[in-house]
Amino acid sequence: MSKQYEFKAKGLPYLLVLPQMVVVVLFFFWPAAQAVWQSFFLQDPFGGRVIFVGLENYTRLFTDSSYGYAASFVVSIAFAVCVTVLAMSSALFLAVQANKGLPFGSFYKTMLIWPYAVATMVAGVLWLFMFNPNVGIIAWLLKHKLGIEWSHLLNSSQAFLLITIAASWKQIAYNFVFFLAGLQSVPATLVEAAAIDGAGPAARFWRIIYPLLSPTTFYLLVMNLVYGFFETFPIIHQVTAGGPGTATNILVYKVWRDGVINLDLGGSAAQSVILMILVIGLTVIQFRFIERKVNY
Amino acid sequence: MKRFPIAAAVLLVLATGLYAQTNIEFWHAMTGKNGEMVQALSDKFNASQSSYKVTPVYKGSYSDTMNAGIAAFRAGQAPAILQVYEVGTATMMAAKGAVKPVYQLMAENNEKFDPNIYIPTVKGYYTDSQGKMLSMPFNSSTSVMYYNKDAFRKAGLDPEKPPVTWPQFFETARKLKASGMEGGYTTAWISWIQLENFSAWHNVPFGTKSNGFEGLDTQLVFNTPLQVKHFTQIAQDAKDKVFIYGGREGKCDPLFISGQVGMVFQSIGANGTYRKSAKFDYGVTRLPYYPDVAGAPQNSIIGGASLWVLNGRTKPEYQAVADFFSFISTPEMQSLWHRETGYVPVTTAAYEYTKALGFYKDNPGHEIAIKQLLNKEPTANSKGIRFGNFNIIREIEDQVWEDILADKISVKDGLDKMVKDGNAKLREFERLNK
Repeated sequence: MSKQYEFKAKGLPYLLVLPQMVVVVLFFFWPAAQAVWQSFFLQDPFGGRVIFVGLENYTRLFTDSSYGYAASFVVSIAFAVCVTVLAMSSALFLAVQANKGLPFGSFYKTMLIWPYAVATMVAGVLWLFMFNPNVGIIAWLLKHKLGIEWSHLLNSSQAFLLITIAASWKQIAYNFVFFLAGLQSVPATLVEAAAIDGAGPAARFWRIIYPLLSPTTFYLLVMNLVYGFFETFPIIHQVTAGGPGTATNILVYKVWRDGVINLDLGGSAAQSVILMILVIGLTVIQFRFIERKVNY
Repeated sequence: MKRFPIAAAVLLVLATGLYAQTNIEFWHAMTGKNGEMVQALSDKFNASQSSYKVTPVYKGSYSDTMNAGIAAFRAGQAPAILQVYEVGTATMMAAKGAVKPVYQLMAENNEKFDPNIYIPTVKGYYTDSQGKMLSMPFNSSTSVMYYNKDAFRKAGLDPEKPPVTWPQFFETARKLKASGMEGGYTTAWISWIQLENFSAWHNVPFGTKSNGFEGLDTQLVFNTPLQVKHFTQIAQDAKDKVFIYGGREGKCDPLFISGQVGMVFQSIGANGTYRKSAKFDYGVTRLPYYPDVAGAPQNSIIGGASLWVLNGRTKPEYQAVADFFSFISTPEMQSLWHRETGYVPVTTAAYEYTKALGFYKDNPGHEIAIKQLLNKEPTANSKGIRFGNFNIIREIEDQVWEDILADKISVKDGLDKMVKDGNAKLREFERLNK
């Protein structure tokens, strides 16, 4: 039962939301509508010639295998899932350890939060330097100490592994903060009561703490999937540029390359419409299902 | 209110300044030494007269610059001069309403302009079918071979006798590897060097219709036994770690500079970087060729960028552009640009001028590139290339090349795939620009 406020003057509420609406219309609805419009045309970059092609830009994405869209879709999903699993499980582990009241606890916490202050582009460069097959220190160690030939320029699995690690590293800090806050709000009395009832550390964690963390976990799940899907562009751009072949050509990278570098405006617009639908879908899931069904 | 008169005075001064002098912007993608030289040429022009002022604006990479120009044109704010890389040439040529052809600009402003002062490979690249120049040649390069002379000595090879043919080259590479190097060689720009220049150098077509010069209904044809043989050898060398892959575009440079490989194929434009970074004695030489191909070696083709003039500016601004173009085409300016940046002199006069200065005695590497471009009178196969959607075609080639090296596809199937997918992109361009 939430309280409802009512404005006396009829126009005032509209006036108050107007600035926000102007911003949203100008920077979201207008470009979004343009993308939808453009996705029905083939056009030359300067806008001189425009041909209406109906849904061809969309059908081309899914039927023309040389376009590589289906492959890009699969890679994106695999990537987002891997990043989410890796970033969330490591962050949860670290948060649980940091929550144990160790000496220098706040020092560890600060250090663990730090990577979040690093720009994604810079994170990409850092990992690229360490793993550069020619000059990278880790690539050198792998080769000369462990006998592993590191070549993410040609080896698809290694390239995928590298961007997954780089993207997760950046996201762990974010997850860590939320998990730590979540853990600190778990009532100590419940945990102690379970301990008195004879539950060991593992049972206490999985039976008491983990379920109580579920709102945080679900929130992070959506945030991490969104991050993996849409915000990892700088890492791909820096580390692999979509290669080798098309092994790491995720959707957000492909839409940029096709539109901005290769000047295929119609195809790129169709791709961004599809991305838009995906974002809307994820948002709906978050609002309609997760926020309501998770018990606090 | 007190500030108002001051603001008005400032505006007035600015307005008179604008009235007296025509300002034009020159959007470019040159960094480092090359960027400094763009600034230097503009400064020299501005100092040489008082009617016009050219302001160079760095807009990022080649594709960033082209995109900035396109966005500005669509918003009615086009810069007067836009530098566009060679792969964007067909797109610019097709954008008829957006572009003011250079021959027309020069005629309208009564500037003397003769396309025949440019060396043939440069002229051919930027003229239409009637021989009319559409853009202003600026920074042109070509691909050459660099080799580590110290490594040659260590492997018991004569550093003054670099390999001339591909069979000699592959043998040399194996000797370098055997002498303890990480690998023998690498290459930058797989499409530009190992397919486009490779085809021109062997006088075989890269595409039909004179490599796209004679019509949009052109087809890629670089999947013949010659290219299959060439790529099969490189792929085999990759397996034997004689060839090391360093990444797309120019990303392989560190392999050569750090001494991991002894030979590299790269643009002559990289010479400046190598000279600064390489801690060993190195040489520059011509591209190798297969002696069993009749007519090889022919001549190599250019890369780099040219200057395009966009529509929608005022008459005085175009006068300024025409004056500026005449200024940077003088042998003195061309030669200065060539000596400082390593790009080739685009006019015959500038080449002669540089020779007369005695510059090539100390810098033989600079002359290799221009000699290679002038090696023979260009044929239909070696004038250059002109394909729409070429950026995405090169991307396809890069992707498939990586799949070939990773053994995901055979050489023959890979080249066929490049041609097939590339042709699909050519058809899209043809459909839009018919």
